[in-house]
Amino acid sequence: MAESLILKTLTISAGATPIVSVSLTAAAGEITTLMGPSGSGKSSILAAITGTVPDGLFATGDILLGGQNIATLPGWKRHIGILYQDDLLFPHLSVGGNLALGLAPGGRRTERQGRVKRALSEVGLEGLAARDPATLSGGQKARVALMRVLLSEPRALLLDEPFGSLDSELRSQIRSLVFNHAKARGLPTLLVTHDPQDAEAAGGPVIRLR
Amino acid sequence: MTLSPSHLFFWLTVLILGGPVLAGLTGVVAGAMGHVPGLQNAIPAGDVWGAVWSWPGIGRSVTLSFWTGLLAALISLASATLIMAGWSGTLSFARARHWLAPFLAVPHAAAAFGIAVLIAPSGWIARALSPWLSGWERPPDLLILGDPLGLAMVIGLIVKELPFLLLMMIAALPQAKAATSMAVVTALGYGCARGWLLAVFPEIYRQIRLPVYAVLAYSMSAVDAALILGPTTPPPIAIVILRWAADPDLSLRALASAGALVQLGLVLVALVLWRLGEIAVAQLGRSLAESGQRGSGRAAEIAAATLVATSGIFLIAGFAVLALWSVAGAWHFPAFLPETLSFHVWASHGAALVETGAATLLLAVAVVALALALALGSLEAKPHRCLLTALVYLPLIVPQVTFLPGLQAASLKIGLGSGALPVGLMHLVFVLPYLLLVLADPFNALDPRYRTIAAGLGLSPARQFWRLRLPLLLTPIAGAVAVGMAVSIGQYLPTLLAGGGRLPTLTTEALALAAGGDRRVIGAYGLAQAAAALAPFALALALPRRVWRNRQGMLHG
Repeated sequence: MAESLILKTLTISAGATPIVSVSLTAAAGEITTLMGPSGSGKSSILAAITGTVPDGLFATGDILLGGQNIATLPGWKRHIGILYQDDLLFPHLSVGGNLALGLAPGGRRTERQGRVKRALSEVGLEGLAARDPATLSGGQKARVALMRVLLSEPRALLLDEPFGSLDSELRSQIRSLVFNHAKARGLPTLLVTHDPQDAEAAGGPVIRLR
Repeated sequence: MTLSPSHLFFWLTVLILGGPVLAGLTGVVAGAMGHVPGLQNAIPAGDVWGAVWSWPGIGRSVTLSFWTGLLAALISLASATLIMAGWSGTLSFARARHWLAPFLAVPHAAAAFGIAVLIAPSGWIARALSPWLSGWERPPDLLILGDPLGLAMVIGLIVKELPFLLLMMIAALPQAKAATSMAVVTALGYGCARGWLLAVFPEIYRQIRLPVYAVLAYSMSAVDAALILGPTTPPPIAIVILRWAADPDLSLRALASAGALVQLGLVLVALVLWRLGEIAVAQLGRSLAESGQRGSGRAAEIAAATLVATSGIFLIAGFAVLALWSVAGAWHFPAFLPETLSFHVWASHGAALVETGAATLLLAVAVVALALALALGSLEAKPHRCLLTALVYLPLIVPQVTFLPGLQAASLKIGLGSGALPVGLMHLVFVLPYLLLVLADPFNALDPRYRTIAAGLGLSPARQFWRLRLPLLLTPIAGAVAVGMAVSIGQYLPTLLAGGGRLPTLTTEALALAAGGDRRVIGAYGLAQAAAALAPFALALALPRRVWRNRQGMLHG
């Protein structure tokens, strides 16, 4: 399913004043990087794509996903996965619970548990399903967060400076893990960062905001 | 826009917060003009007001309410401010703040009973000093309880309002950026207390203004503390209104309505005076700040410690004495401890206590369950946040005694009568605001990115609420439920007026017994009342620890 994520003059405004406007095509299986100084509206663009523009701002323009304009859909029907700098695992659920939450509903219980198990072993976390997420290391949490979003079978992936909180060694490791998974699944991926190394590693087109 | 369940809850909340107050005030105005439901003919308005103003002692009732209310509010605010100035930011303060909520939970009536058995001429303080210091062999002939100046009542009000204001100030600290401000003024060479007063307090006060107004209005119109500790000849105006409203002679209901308007006017005048005082104090503070004078503020720290200790000891010692009385056999003055023990009171009142206690708790659970659904629904909807903020304080600032008589008339008119349903609805009016106040901050403090992630995972808003927001907020919700239960259990006036005496709760029973003056029975009921209000707090502390025992992120987050 080679769908692209296309933004057509997506404009975020506060009242009548436009803050940022962008047009781009994030091709399937490619990491497109959005760079710009803080305050350039990177986060607002991501919020517009996920359908969570904060009060006082509003977005106009089209967001096309596989030819369908999703700009008018409520956020939860858009199937846009997002990863942040913080892992944001739900602290009240076990590791397995966090993963199962993203699975589409339905299917037998054992089948769902099997998918969770396989997802964990895919990132080298076998047997951690019952663990409290607070007891994991930073790298482990990042991997669980990645698997949680992938299990929900998103149609596109957004990365909001997702490696900022990791130290440099872990950073390149998690970065290539995330990029490889996104590419392997043919997801159109939009990376927001201010780190040139991230953009370089992404290897896709780079769009600069000012 | 489609009407989602949360929007429905929001508008229901608006209706519950605003409706009864407005309906009640309308009823009060009609009553003051002589229109009383159940009376064949309207009484001429002139006669109503003539009867009010010629009521024996009415002038002194009015002045008494006015100045005791102002005094209690002033001392409560000053004490809370001093405590914050001298104590906030220290480690011991961080530990002690957890003890504030239970203090807040103790019903006004129970706290007032505790104070009464402490400060009465035959109370524990007099016993402790007799006869070795005072020389008293029998209780001194002093009018301490119900003193004509209302000072005992003022003490009772302060002991309860102080923890409320402290909690409100603590809640306001993060938004006031207190820590940053303190770092700046300390670097400029100001002592802790003075720096806090000049730099942090103005910002805090801006946020707690409405709670302060609620304290002022409450202090001027409180019924339970006045019944137990207040003067009787003449009593405060709120008690006069209550007697009129509860009198079988329906024509006195018109006087109750007129009296309610007098009370409302009194509160409005006091609020205007208070506002002028705010402006004067702000002016003074600015010139003090600009003078650049430094000072250690050591005095404030000592005063803070003294205040905390005194009010804490008052409440705790009060309950100790209530407990002693409930099991006292012979206990003559000036013995410090009972001479013999007896469980007679618990044996003879035990069954009634359990029955009334069960009814009280059942009512509280039903009311809080409904209020919780409404509060969470409204916070989910979160449109018109300003409307909600204003309305939350409406039932707290407009004194109960000014709109309940009108509401009583209105509910009789529409055939609601009296009993469990109207009592429950009345409790809802006062429980719902507290739930909204307690839950709003934790609700808005949830990381908004959780919402985005959950939506990205394809969770519908309903599933996001049930699977994520509800469990994530379990700890504050348990705390809010405990506060709501305490509020419901402590309600006196609404229970009395809407229940028509047919739904006795621990609070109405305790106050009915207060007139009898049997300290052993009062001790048992005061304790039962406090225990009923405190038990939910113990549960609220224990439940999250149990549920989240394997989830570190939920216990420390």
